[in-house]
Amino acid sequence: MGNDAVFRVDGLRKSFGHIEVLGGVSLELHAGEVTVLMGANGAGKSTLVKIISGVYDHGGGSMSLAGHDFDPKTPAEAIRAGVVTVHQNINDGVVADLDVATNLTLDRLSGSGVPTLFNPGRVRREAKAVADRMGLAIDLKARISDLSLADRQMVAIARAMAHRPKVLILDEPTSSLSSAEADRLFALLDRLRQQGVAILYISHRMSDIRRLADRIISMRDGVISGIFDKKPLDYEGAVNAMLGRKIQLERIVARNSAKAIFATDGLRIAEGARPISLTLGDGEVVAITGLVGVGKTALAETLFGLRQPLAGTMMLNGKPYAPESTGEAVAAGVFLVAKDRGENGIVGDFNIQENISLPFHRRMSRLGVLKRRIERAVARQQIQELGIVCRSEKDEMSALSGGNQQKVMVARWMSQGARLFILDEPFQGVDISARRDIAAKLRASASGRATLLFVTELDEALETADRILVMSEQTIVGEHRNTDIDLERLLAEVAGGPLHSAA
Amino acid sequence: MILRDNAIRYGFIVLLFGLIAYFAIAADGFVSPQSAVFIFQSVAITGVLALGVTATLVVGGFDLSIGSVATSAMMAAAYVMVVLEQNAVVAVVVCLVIGAVVGLINGWLIVYMRVPDLLATLGMMFLLVGLQRIPTEGRSIATGMTMPDGSVANGSFGAAFLALGRHRFDFFIPNLIPVSVVVLLVLAVLIWFFLEYTRFGRMMYAVGSNERAAELAGAPVKAYKIWAYVISGVFASIGGILLAARLGRGDIASGNNLLLDAVAAALIGYAVLGAAKPNAFGTAVGAVFVGVLLQGLTMMNAPYYTQDFVKGVVLVVALVFTFALSGRGRR
Repeated sequence: MGNDAVFRVDGLRKSFGHIEVLGGVSLELHAGEVTVLMGANGAGKSTLVKIISGVYDHGGGSMSLAGHDFDPKTPAEAIRAGVVTVHQNINDGVVADLDVATNLTLDRLSGSGVPTLFNPGRVRREAKAVADRMGLAIDLKARISDLSLADRQMVAIARAMAHRPKVLILDEPTSSLSSAEADRLFALLDRLRQQGVAILYISHRMSDIRRLADRIISMRDGVISGIFDKKPLDYEGAVNAMLGRKIQLERIVARNSAKAIFATDGLRIAEGARPISLTLGDGEVVAITGLVGVGKTALAETLFGLRQPLAGTMMLNGKPYAPESTGEAVAAGVFLVAKDRGENGIVGDFNIQENISLPFHRRMSRLGVLKRRIERAVARQQIQELGIVCRSEKDEMSALSGGNQQKVMVARWMSQGARLFILDEPFQGVDISARRDIAAKLRASASGRATLLFVTELDEALETADRILVMSEQTIVGEHRNTDIDLERLLAEVAGGPLHSAA
Repeated sequence: MILRDNAIRYGFIVLLFGLIAYFAIAADGFVSPQSAVFIFQSVAITGVLALGVTATLVVGGFDLSIGSVATSAMMAAAYVMVVLEQNAVVAVVVCLVIGAVVGLINGWLIVYMRVPDLLATLGMMFLLVGLQRIPTEGRSIATGMTMPDGSVANGSFGAAFLALGRHRFDFFIPNLIPVSVVVLLVLAVLIWFFLEYTRFGRMMYAVGSNERAAELAGAPVKAYKIWAYVISGVFASIGGILLAARLGRGDIASGNNLLLDAVAAALIGYAVLGAAKPNAFGTAVGAVFVGVLLQGLTMMNAPYYTQDFVKGVVLVVALVFTFALSGRGRR
C-alpha cells in the first residue's frame, strides 16, 4: 500500500447552468489499492468520473497524475495520459460485430503512424500479448456478440488495460452480471491490484464493496461526505455518510392502521431471493428503502402488473390480486407513479392537462369521445391542490421545473381514488419545497388507501412514512415503526451486513 | 418571438393561399368550380392513403406498404369481378378484408416479431407487389382477357362499382363532385375526429410520444399499435377501390407514385398550423397543397416531368418548417 497518491483531485467544482453538481471534491487514489466510491443518484459520481475521463471540463480545482498536472480535454487525451475508464454500459466498451482480438487492439487501428493495411497476423499477436498479461482465457477468434456479458466486460477491461494505465475507473461494472460472473471480474481486479494499478470502483452493491474495497469514499450532494480507510472498514458508516440524516427533520406522527388493504404472501421477485410477505393498511404510508439495485423497482413493477412474480400471491381488498397488465392493475385501483419521470412518465407532446388525464380517459369520456370540460376541471383542481406553479393547464411540460413536473406526475394518479398507491422514487430530481408539498399531500390524503413509497434516501422515508421497511438482495430484511427509530440497526440492514434481525 | 410563432403556425397556410392567389392571376381559368374539383379529384386517392398512414405516424410508426396494398386491392377487385364474375359488393368487401388483414400482419410483425416498422412494411410492400401478379401471371385484368389456362374471362366491372369512380354528385352545378372526392372528405373528417376528439386517438398520440409512459398509464400499447396499422391498411384498400373504379380495369402498371405522394402529404401535414406532429387536418391540407401546386403548374404549361421535383421541394421546405423553425422537433 503506497502512501503517495498516484492520482489526486483537489477542490474540483462543476456547475451546469446555475446548478452546482460538484462543490469542491478532493480525493486521492493510491497504487495497488481499490478505492470504492459510493453515492446515491444525483450525488455527483458520474459527473466526477466524466471530468476525470475527459468527457467534461471542470469548473474549478485541479487534478494531478503521478505528480504532474492532469487536465484532459478529450477522453483520448485522458487515456494517453494513463487514466482509463470502463463505463457502465458494457456494450460501449466493445464492438459487437468484431472478434475478440480486433477488439483488444481496436485503439491501435486509428491515429497517426498506423499502417493503412489491416494485418490480421499482427493484430492476433498483439491481442495475445494483452490477453496473456491479463490472464484472459477467452477464444480470441470469437465474436463479441457470441460472448456472455461477463466475457464482454472482461474484454472491455482488458482492452482498457492494453494502454497500461496507472488509474482504472470502473463505473458499476457488476450491475448486469450474475454473482458467479462477478467473481471472475473480482479475480481480474485482484490481479490488477497486484500489478500496482490504482482502481476507482463505483458501485452500490454492498457485496462487491465488502469483497473489494481497500478504502471507501462516500459522496453526497456534490461533496465528499466521508472517507473510510481504517481496517476493518466501517461499511455502515459509509452508508450513513451517503444516505443518513442530514438535518433533524420535523418529526411526523406515525399512524397505525387497523384495516389491511393489501398483502403479499411468499412473493418472490428474483431467482434465489427470499420471499416477501408484507401487509399494508388503510391510511398508512409505508416507505421501502434500500440501495440501488436491491429490487425496489422490481417489486413496484410486480405489484403494478408489469412483471410476474416467480412465486407467491397478493391480496387486495381481501380478494386475490394477480394483474397481468398495467391496465388490470389500474382497473383494480393499484396506481404507480413510476420512477424517472422523463422516461416513464411525461408524454412530451402533451400539455399539463393531457398529461394528468392520461390513465383515466375512459372515465372522462362518453361513447369514446373525450369530455374536455371534465378533463380541464380535473386538471385545474389538481393544479390547485398540489400547488403546481404554471400559467395555465395548457402549459407545455417542458416549461415546468423538475419539482412541478413531478407534481404533475403525482397529480395524474391523485385525480382518482386508489386502493394501493405506489410511488417509486417520487422525490428524484425534486427540490426540497416541492418534496415537502408532495409528502404533505400524500399524508393528508392517505385515508381510504394504502400508500407505498420506494426511496433510496433515508431522509425521504423518515419524513413521510409511518412505517419503514428495508430491502436488500431482492427481499425485505427489516421493519421499523417511524417513532424513535433505531437508526444504527436500520443502516446495518441497508448495508446488508450480518443480520441479527433478519426478517 | 410572437412573429416567429406566427410564422411557424400560419406560414404554410399563408403559403397555400399565396400560391392560389398567384395561380388565380397567372393561370387563366384556375379559379373555377371545375378546377377546384379537379384538384380534389387528383389528390383524392393519395389523400385517402395519406390519412391512413397518418394513423401509423401518430403511434410513432410508419407504413411503407400502403401503395402496394392499394394496387393489390385494385387487382383483387378486378379479379373478383372479371374472373370470378362476382358483383360490386363482394369486390369491395374483399378489398377491405385484404387491407385489414395486411394491416394486422404488419402490426403483428412490428409488435410481436419486433421487426422495425420500416423494414416490416418494406417487406410487406415487396410481398404484395409480387403477390398481386401471381393469379394472372403478371398480366393486367380486363374483360375478355385470356387466362393462363387458356379460358377467357367473361366477367366485367359492375356498373355500381364503376360509379364509384365515375359518378358525380350535383352541387349547385350539375354533375360536379366525383364520388372519390366525397370519400376523401368523409374519411378526412372521420379520422380527424377520431384522432383529436376520442380517447382512442388521444392514447395513440400518447403511444407515439412516450410509449413507456402510455403503458404505465394502463394502456394496451400493443393493441393500439396494431390498430393503427389496420386503419392504414383499410384506408389504403379504399384508395385501391377508388383507383380500380376510376381505371375500370386491373392495371398492373398503375399506382407507382401512390406511396411517395401519400407519405409526402402526411409529412407536409406536420408543418400545418405548427403542429410539428402527424395530424389529419394537416395531412388533408398537405394533399391539397400538392394538388394546387401541380394543377397550377400544369395550367401554366410546366412540363409533366418537373412534377416530382416540385413535390420534393415542397416536402423539404415543409420539413424545414417542422423541425428547424419550431423547436419541438429537437426533443
